[in-house]
Amino acid sequence: MFLSRQRAEELFKKVLKYSTADETEAMMGSTSYSLTRFANNTIHQNVSEDGAYLSVRAVAGQRTARASTNKFDEASIRQVCEAALSLARLQPSDPDLLPVPGPQTFRSIERHYEETAALTPQARAETVKSAIARAEKDHLTAAGIFSSGLSAQAIFNSRGLKSFHEETLSEFSVTMLGESSSGWAKRTSPNWHELEPEVLADRAATKALASREPREVPAGKYTVILEPAAVLDLLGFLFFDFGGLAVHEKRSCLTDRVGQKIFGENINVRDDVFHPLQSGAASDGEGIPRRRVKLVEKGVVKNLVYARQTARLMKTQPTGHGFPLPNEYGEAPMNIVMDGSRKTAEDMIRSTERGILVTRLWYIREVDPYKKILTGMTRDGTFWIEGGELRYGVKNFRFNQSVIEMLNQVEMMGPPQRTSGEESFDMVVPAMKVRDFNFSSLTKF
Amino acid sequence: MKDLAQSALDTAVARGATYAEVRVMDLRERYLSTKNGRPAQVRESQSYGLGVRVVADGAWGFASTDDLTRPGVDKAAALAVEIARASALAKKQDVQLAPEEKHVDNWVAPCRIAPFSIPVSSCLDLLLKVDAELRRVQGVTLAEAAMDFRHIEQLFLSSNGSDIYQSKTQTGAGFVATSFAANEIHKRSYPNSFGGQYQTKGYELVEELDLVGNAPRHAEECVALHKADQCPSGVKDIILGSSQLGLQIHESVGHPIELDRVLGTEANFAGMSFLTLEKLNHLKYASDIVNVVADATPAHGPGLGTFAYDDEGVPAHATPIIKDGQFVGYLTSRETAAAVGQARSNGAMRAESWNRIPLIRMTNVSILPGSGKLDDLIASTDDGIYMETNRSWSIDDRRYNFQFGTEIGWEIKGGKKTRMLKNPSYGGITTEFWNSCDAICGPEEWTLWGTPNCGKGQPMQTMGTGHGASPARFRQVKVGVAYSE
Repeated sequence: MFLSRQRAEELFKKVLKYSTADETEAMMGSTSYSLTRFANNTIHQNVSEDGAYLSVRAVAGQRTARASTNKFDEASIRQVCEAALSLARLQPSDPDLLPVPGPQTFRSIERHYEETAALTPQARAETVKSAIARAEKDHLTAAGIFSSGLSAQAIFNSRGLKSFHEETLSEFSVTMLGESSSGWAKRTSPNWHELEPEVLADRAATKALASREPREVPAGKYTVILEPAAVLDLLGFLFFDFGGLAVHEKRSCLTDRVGQKIFGENINVRDDVFHPLQSGAASDGEGIPRRRVKLVEKGVVKNLVYARQTARLMKTQPTGHGFPLPNEYGEAPMNIVMDGSRKTAEDMIRSTERGILVTRLWYIREVDPYKKILTGMTRDGTFWIEGGELRYGVKNFRFNQSVIEMLNQVEMMGPPQRTSGEESFDMVVPAMKVRDFNFSSLTKF
Repeated sequence: MKDLAQSALDTAVARGATYAEVRVMDLRERYLSTKNGRPAQVRESQSYGLGVRVVADGAWGFASTDDLTRPGVDKAAALAVEIARASALAKKQDVQLAPEEKHVDNWVAPCRIAPFSIPVSSCLDLLLKVDAELRRVQGVTLAEAAMDFRHIEQLFLSSNGSDIYQSKTQTGAGFVATSFAANEIHKRSYPNSFGGQYQTKGYELVEELDLVGNAPRHAEECVALHKADQCPSGVKDIILGSSQLGLQIHESVGHPIELDRVLGTEANFAGMSFLTLEKLNHLKYASDIVNVVADATPAHGPGLGTFAYDDEGVPAHATPIIKDGQFVGYLTSRETAAAVGQARSNGAMRAESWNRIPLIRMTNVSILPGSGKLDDLIASTDDGIYMETNRSWSIDDRRYNFQFGTEIGWEIKGGKKTRMLKNPSYGGITTEFWNSCDAICGPEEWTLWGTPNCGKGQPMQTMGTGHGASPARFRQVKVGVAYSE
């Protein structure tokens, strides 16, 4: 079943027919998604899924619970309504639970591209063939994915709130492998024409070729040029700490630091779902309209984001960043846009006497939650820079680096761009030149 | 449901599939959690659908649907064949599968107390008692406790005549105390991080864990960490607690032995492996006392990697991986087994749900116990650090360079556990590390841990894996690496 607005309306009528809760909220969604995966210069996995769900949140007095199903017959809808109410009634009351919100007004966001939704397995296979041909031209081996899909999500509640969003999404990601090296490139977009798979395949191949026979450079502190994917995957570990509840519960690195200048003067970050390079819906998990929020201005932590319940707890206004209720986490900014500048990658390299260029990071984990020390590895294209030029590939490093300190050591930034990595959600971030980045050990390749 | 599955299978074959398999899965989950004296999440979900995987024109295709009507499943089957034909546009050779006999079977995993039969209010009462015990300790700023129950029923039909029904129940439970003070955040989790302990068991697991009884000590340790000394940097002998060793096995043995990584099919995301084919039976992976198996059979225990058949219809195997320190086995699928000339898959293909294809995944990858108790091992260690409960974990994409942090540690001096250490960490290179293992505790210290959150594949799949381990000692390991400049 694909969820249209009309189908969501019909479904919610049935939910209301069966729900005897004091208040009822229904989240409804559907996905139609396909992914063509290649490796060893051949397509080895090729999948498609169609699925939908109905998730009902029942409120009974000051208690709430959620039950979900992917079956839409009358009996299943009745059953899921009863299950949610039954779960709600079996728990102690929560004096802080708010009534479901009333009707809201949403700014429209157009993120649906018919040509992306209509991509066929044959079209994806032909594109993959081109990437493989690029690999074979230089005796490389290509691995990657080309995916496309359409999703819809609705939140309706018994006080008349109706939020509906649909969007398309596509992704092309490619790793080119040589005998002793590799290169990687990736892009996502609601519009598959913006992926430019051939450009990405060529970029990954160029990196693999340029980093052949990587040399060992000792671990230590270096000036690094982090390409946007590396920046994104590091920053992804920071922004959950901008949730109001995380600070209230003292599990955030911003505890006792809101309003302080903890980053460099050149760091400016906002959450902005309406940015043209962003994706996602204009409402949060409770159906509250998302607002633009200035998170960091000139290095100062200016604002947090708040779900409704957190906002009341902290005596402020909700910003539309809450997760679906009930949840432990509260909220987080998920549409990060970081300011950059007009410097190009070439400018950054040219201005670097000795340093390291990082294409991508891998297996990043938090070592220290308050200092925000992260560890992880470089991967798929790590280069030595000397005398303002890229010289050769180097073996990969492990880093142990505080991301807070890192954002005090940013010397240069590129233009912000829609970026996708593997450890975090997509963001709009720039490439960065950072001094004294701490590489703590080397690996074997 | 069997009729619909058979219909999908027939449609796939009629459309030209030379091999087809259909998996129907019905997954039910209940998750209950509390935080600082109140319920946090109370939710239940059910997901029911069908996936069809086929070979047509010598290439793979897969389609899935939750439209469980005859037109719905037939459409999915036809789409799977169409997708396979598209895959064939970029194939180098036809898919070859190692042979597998037809199996007709019905398996239900043991479950003494059905967790869904326990009233939600009783579960929440228990979690709130744990919560109260944690917050009774001054300095605990956040108390969290949770239970997670899953019931999975699945039917597997294949065009070679297999017809396999499996049903299992999985339970997880645990708590974590967090303390913020003086610009530090510390945590203590019980019985493990990542939500606690998970096994293929019923509610009896919750009863075995004695969550309430273990809460005060962990809360006190959490607060005490603020006053503990920093873990030193340098080279030391270390003893790893059994859950931390379980994760060490997961990352530095379990993943590198996945033959799909070795053959390059995960290169774009999860990565590859240093265990290239020539190393089989030739690499000294570990010291002579180390024996590791990948064992999905119920005889190994109620792990998250326990089943009767994998998701290609191959019976559960017990596969030696490291024997007396020597590398002797991979985790395989029918396709990868054929690719390396092995006669049969050892049954490691697992899918997260009905809408995902099976991938090579760890089953229960466990180190076999040695002898003796942890106290004896500590008593025989002159100068070292005992580390317990994972806090951070990272390893490179070929599984050489790893670094782990734990929630807590204690210095060992002259055979005695002495001062508490905060922020313990250690790192190294996989084979160097495993070859430094000189003692493994015995069966009385051995636990089959569940790792519920192992990610792999594109689209990403999360899988539960099992890792049996008892505490073990490793000589001259780099410690304090996460904080050294």
